[in-house]
Amino acid sequence: MEELDGEPTVTLIPGVNSKKNQMYFDWGPGEMLVCETSFNKKEKSEMVPSCPFIYIIRKDVDVYSQILRKLFNESHGIFLGLQRIDEELTGKSRKSQLVRVSKNYRSVIRACMEEMHQVAIAAKDPANGRQFSSQVSILSAMELIWNLCEILFIEVAPAGPLLLHLLDWVRLHVCEVDSLSADVLGSENPSKHDSFWNLPGNTQTLTELELKWQHWHEECERYLQDSTFATSPHLESLLKIMLGDEAALLEQKELLSNWYHFLVTRLLYSNPTVKPIDLHYYAQSSLDLFLGGESSPEPLDNILLAAFEFDIHQVIKECSIALSNWWFVAHLTDLLDHCKLLQSHNLYFGSNMREFLLLEYASGLFAHPSLWQLGVDYFDYCPELGRVSLELHIERIPLNTEQKALKVLRICEQRQMTEQVRSICKILAMKAVRNNRLGSALSWSIRAKDAAFATLVSDRFLRDYCERGCFSDLDLIDNLGPAMMLSDRLTFLGKYREFHRMYGEKRFADAASLLLSLMTSRIAPRSFWMTLLTDALPLLEQKQVIFSAEQTYELMRCLEDLTSRRPVHGESDTEQLQDDDIETTKVEMLRLSLARNLARAIIREGSLEGS
Amino acid sequence: MEEIYAKFVSQKISKTRWRPLPPGSLQTAETFATGSWDNEENYISLWSIGDFGNLDSDGGFEGDHQLLCDIRHHGDVMDLQFFDQERIVAASSTGCVTVFLHHPNNQTLSVNQQWTTAHYHTGPGSPSYSSAPCTGVVCNNPEIVTVGEDGRINLFRADHKEAVRTIDNADSSTLHAVTFLRTPEILTVNSIGQLKIWDFRQQGNEPSQILSLTGDRVPLHCVDRHPNQQHVVATGGQDGMLSIWDVRQGTMPVSLLKAHEAEMWEVHFHPSNPEHLFTCSEDGSLWHWDASTDVPEKSSLFHQEMSSHYAAQAALKLLSSSNLPAWASRGGRSSTFLSHSISNQANVHQSVISSWLSTDPAKDRIEITSLLPSRSLSVNTLDVLGPCLVCGTDAEAIYVTRHLFS
Repeated sequence: MEELDGEPTVTLIPGVNSKKNQMYFDWGPGEMLVCETSFNKKEKSEMVPSCPFIYIIRKDVDVYSQILRKLFNESHGIFLGLQRIDEELTGKSRKSQLVRVSKNYRSVIRACMEEMHQVAIAAKDPANGRQFSSQVSILSAMELIWNLCEILFIEVAPAGPLLLHLLDWVRLHVCEVDSLSADVLGSENPSKHDSFWNLPGNTQTLTELELKWQHWHEECERYLQDSTFATSPHLESLLKIMLGDEAALLEQKELLSNWYHFLVTRLLYSNPTVKPIDLHYYAQSSLDLFLGGESSPEPLDNILLAAFEFDIHQVIKECSIALSNWWFVAHLTDLLDHCKLLQSHNLYFGSNMREFLLLEYASGLFAHPSLWQLGVDYFDYCPELGRVSLELHIERIPLNTEQKALKVLRICEQRQMTEQVRSICKILAMKAVRNNRLGSALSWSIRAKDAAFATLVSDRFLRDYCERGCFSDLDLIDNLGPAMMLSDRLTFLGKYREFHRMYGEKRFADAASLLLSLMTSRIAPRSFWMTLLTDALPLLEQKQVIFSAEQTYELMRCLEDLTSRRPVHGESDTEQLQDDDIETTKVEMLRLSLARNLARAIIREGSLEGS
Repeated sequence: MEEIYAKFVSQKISKTRWRPLPPGSLQTAETFATGSWDNEENYISLWSIGDFGNLDSDGGFEGDHQLLCDIRHHGDVMDLQFFDQERIVAASSTGCVTVFLHHPNNQTLSVNQQWTTAHYHTGPGSPSYSSAPCTGVVCNNPEIVTVGEDGRINLFRADHKEAVRTIDNADSSTLHAVTFLRTPEILTVNSIGQLKIWDFRQQGNEPSQILSLTGDRVPLHCVDRHPNQQHVVATGGQDGMLSIWDVRQGTMPVSLLKAHEAEMWEVHFHPSNPEHLFTCSEDGSLWHWDASTDVPEKSSLFHQEMSSHYAAQAALKLLSSSNLPAWASRGGRSSTFLSHSISNQANVHQSVISSWLSTDPAKDRIEITSLLPSRSLSVNTLDVLGPCLVCGTDAEAIYVTRHLFS
């Protein structure tokens, strides 16, 4: 067991007396269920009345923030765009694309920050206002870290422009730096400063730059030693600052809002052509000097320090601990992974860090009633465990309307998750059957190509027919179309209905042969044979002979088949007798009709010449 | 396709509708309503794209849409219609139909009338009461017709507490959408691929006509009637297929166009330019179908029914790939021409001039344009009025454009 990185926070649950009774809890994907039990700690067996509520505890409240939702949605689009960047692009074009993606992410964070700031100002309740303001500072810190990571890891600024980028970075986040540069420019040698900092032209190489700077630095030193500005202490301290003297800089501590501002200023004057690898020396010492032993570094300071030391894993680890939502680390790690900066760092469960963070983030999205749709795309881009995670999550989405169910099914079908399609369709079909929506049930079984369920629906129809003597939902049965082929029972249902239609249209010969084929082809369920034979009665009793001798023999054979196979049931005597009575009457009537028809058929066939 | 403004609104949009303009008005559309879904708290909101006093250098109006007011709605908003200038009817997944009233002076919405048990599986009287989502609503002042997953059709009148007419078990499957044909007649589409026409003048509970596709019974999700020709109807199906029907002619569709790759959620004829049709789909795209016949080049593109399907499919595949460079920027416009397939049954009178029904494939081609700059999650809804179009997506964004035909 690893050591704890920080002290665990204690959350009190209202209404639960944890001193008296024991609590029960269970983990969910993003949340925890807690309730009070009747077992109290003193081990007495009395049933003490306990708090009747079950509590849901969630750590990630950001998912429910209205403004942060925009962050999640917009960054989802950026994430997808990043995954689809052509893998073959290399070198400069790829790097510029990655930088653009990083800037997109940052602009989304800034937009969120702006909006939250507006809301914080406009908040009527001061507690709310404070909450929003603290959110704003968290977002601001996130953007600060991201920007630094962009400069150091993605843009990979080389020695020359590195300081310029860092200057921009500080300037963007700290307003006070402007006052300091105004001071510098207001000094005695503005022209020299101007010409020196004409770097954007970029026509000079690093060595040229370094030479120039050395020259200028020496000149400043000479001025100091010659005590040229001895008359004005203000100007002297300015000169010391320009020479990068740390003590002089620290005297202006109020103007420097934090240690990284101090760091960049210090580098500006003492080592403007600093190389990335040397950064961490300056970083650590700047932090120590600035804090001066009075205060200890905050989490943000540790994260920035880790970035200056180019320790990406440490940056991500610290961010994961400090932030309550996986959004930041998941997207940053994914971007850095695309820059090919993360070595495959095998975690305990076999997947790499990028995938782990994306899985955590996506699982968090699935715990939200609405944002689950975003989570799907994140799972798609986790090669090892993404698919199986999606399969588990998607089956558990509550489906209260058909439209939502259709969206979920479309997601499953696009990813060939046939098992999930079947199981979801089965649930919906079952619900439909219970609500007596047999048409809907059939349409779900057609979608899932579920023959077993189609059989169940057809059985329901047939049972309804037997009970009521007529078909319900004729609009469905009459218009089955090719769906009829899905299951034998369904085909039988369609054909049986067709028989009724033919009979209604007085096409007796066709109806008769259809009826016979239904029985002989064995698609009719055995339980229905009696009904079919009974349906044959009116055809047998018609004035003209409909069934031929052959057909009559077939019918007789079916009847014998049916009667010979009937087992003896263990029902009560009276019921059995009654049933038997009805059955025997029916059978006798059938036998009589069949015999009569056979007679007439034989006569007819015998007397017609050459037919 | 000029500027299209997107705004993220922190709720998945299920329906959006323009507020109708007063008849004879020369203004362009200014206000639209949206309904959300899948949230713990859903809202009906009114937005405005009116002038906020900012004119850009061209004198056109700048800025995106602003929220005017909203109101809490119980259950998902399954359908939304403007009843008149101030009243909005909403269909809920709890089976309830609500009429909201907008008060323009203090910019609020309030509940004006509600039918809470409009749709149910087992009725309010029984102990095992279970409600059913109401899936579609259509208005024709003063009548409101609703349909739901319970296969029931209700006819309500504003200010009447009970339904004027109810057809129970009108359909054994789910009714997805409804539209008026002529005033006493409505047309419904269901999840076994059938169109049914109901005449409220008749007393029985049977439809007066049933139309369906041959072949697979693909569920139909949306329907819209041609604004001028009341017998021409367009439907969109679960497989993304767009079908044009002539309800006077037989039981089969006149045209079948393979369009989207997933469910088509809404289809709309443009109310004043019916040669233009708009569809949106689960596959994240919104298409503008232009069948107007003033196209300069003409070439003979007569195909057999099947092969034009393939040609259409091939052309459409090209359109739907997400890396087309021509569309990477907003101003890009890429279109293709295809001839629509015709079934043998179409036998249109010569007096009817509608490119959707025409039998001459050499003359008529349809130009298709995708309006959204990039593929997103499902586009659930769209509405058009004049030169303005609004649509809402599952990526919690609303897109508005004011220059459809430039």
